[in-house]
Amino acid sequence: MLNVGRIQEGFVLDHIKAGQSLKIYHMLKLDKGESTVAMIMHVPSNKMGKKDILKVECSVSDLNLDVLAFIDHTITVNVIKGEEIFEKKALILPEEITGIINCKNPRCITSIEQGLPHVFVLADKDTQVYRCKYCEEKYNKRY
Amino acid sequence: MRHLMSPLDFTVEELNNLFDLANDIEFNLDKYKNACTGKILATCFYEPSTRTRLSFESAMLQMGGNVIGFSDAGSSSASKGESVADTIRMISCYAHICAMRHHKEGAPMVASGKSSIPVINAGDGGHQHPTQTLTDLLTIRSLKGRLNNFTVGLCGDLKFGRTVHSLIHALERYTGMKFIFISPEELKVPDYITDSLKSKNIPYEEVIRLDDVIPQLDFLYMTRVQKERFFNEEDYVRLKDFYVLDKEKMKNAKADMLVLHPLPRVNEIAVDVDDDPRATYFKQVQYGVYVRMALILTLLKTVRRDEEC
Repeated sequence: MLNVGRIQEGFVLDHIKAGQSLKIYHMLKLDKGESTVAMIMHVPSNKMGKKDILKVECSVSDLNLDVLAFIDHTITVNVIKGEEIFEKKALILPEEITGIINCKNPRCITSIEQGLPHVFVLADKDTQVYRCKYCEEKYNKRY
Repeated sequence: MRHLMSPLDFTVEELNNLFDLANDIEFNLDKYKNACTGKILATCFYEPSTRTRLSFESAMLQMGGNVIGFSDAGSSSASKGESVADTIRMISCYAHICAMRHHKEGAPMVASGKSSIPVINAGDGGHQHPTQTLTDLLTIRSLKGRLNNFTVGLCGDLKFGRTVHSLIHALERYTGMKFIFISPEELKVPDYITDSLKSKNIPYEEVIRLDDVIPQLDFLYMTRVQKERFFNEEDYVRLKDFYVLDKEKMKNAKADMLVLHPLPRVNEIAVDVDDDPRATYFKQVQYGVYVRMALILTLLKTVRRDEEC
């Protein structure tokens, strides 16, 4: 039987929409590092019916909360230190995100300009719409 | 230092000052004939343009300045793979101000971020064309005496028509506006425009038939279906003559409705409308020169000495 132990320092990301933890794993670039990660999917939840949980053993400064907020600002972020919940962080939608998502508009300058980062800006807080800084193409989260 | 990427880069007050200056130039042209002596405008046109490029060049030359530049990407270093960022760094050392047209949306914005001279967006793909908008606003203000309380019809290619997008953005800031978008389903105005109108509670309608709405309009902005924006020739052929404004249709329009068009016109306005006193599109061309003169003067004044190359 697999035993998912406590983590010394890192994060427990709770209340992730069921089935979305793998996407978050990639968008946080956890696949590129060597952090110990536990992904628990389709966990029964009173609040959500089913949810995913991600446990990440890493330095608390390593997680890009802007990216997480962009993906889903309703995720609960528990900061762990010494195996205990040290802090619960509120996620705030970032005004601008760089290098996380790409503009899909073939007419956008980002499609040809070398070394130009893909930048999206928050165009509407209420509807959580992000638009490409250069061409204003809407990013559809499909989340 | 200021750039112009979108008409919204200027406040309504700043636009009023710009239009006052343009009108002063219109009536006192002689006063400005040496206003840009010793200054160089670079016209960096990565895609073909006659009107906009010549309008910029005429504006600079009429103020005693000089002009350098290129008129298609093939005759620039872009054909060798040079980035926009590198090109503008070079141009900044050759000229005092730059007007850039590019087929890729956002290219002038990239340039403005790396430039040490003011950059004017002279059209970027299907995105924005702010100096055409300044031309349109100056034309309307000069002929109607105001920029508020209009029912505005925009007709034709509202999807790729960058002049339309810029104009709507600019008119949103004036009170009492109502927009009527007249287009085939395939060329509807993009959702970021309608989202913006909704968020500001500005009324708009989307219709297909021009005949149904023409009696309501204070001015009608016609656009060409642009072949170069289509990936598919078949779609272009099907849509290119969807609207033709002719004498018959004009009979149902208000006696003082203005007909505007950013030009070039193909078939969307019949030649028989040209003699109608409401046809304003050739007057727009002249206002375009005045407003570009005013813009060049205004932006050159924003450059601090320590910013020069």
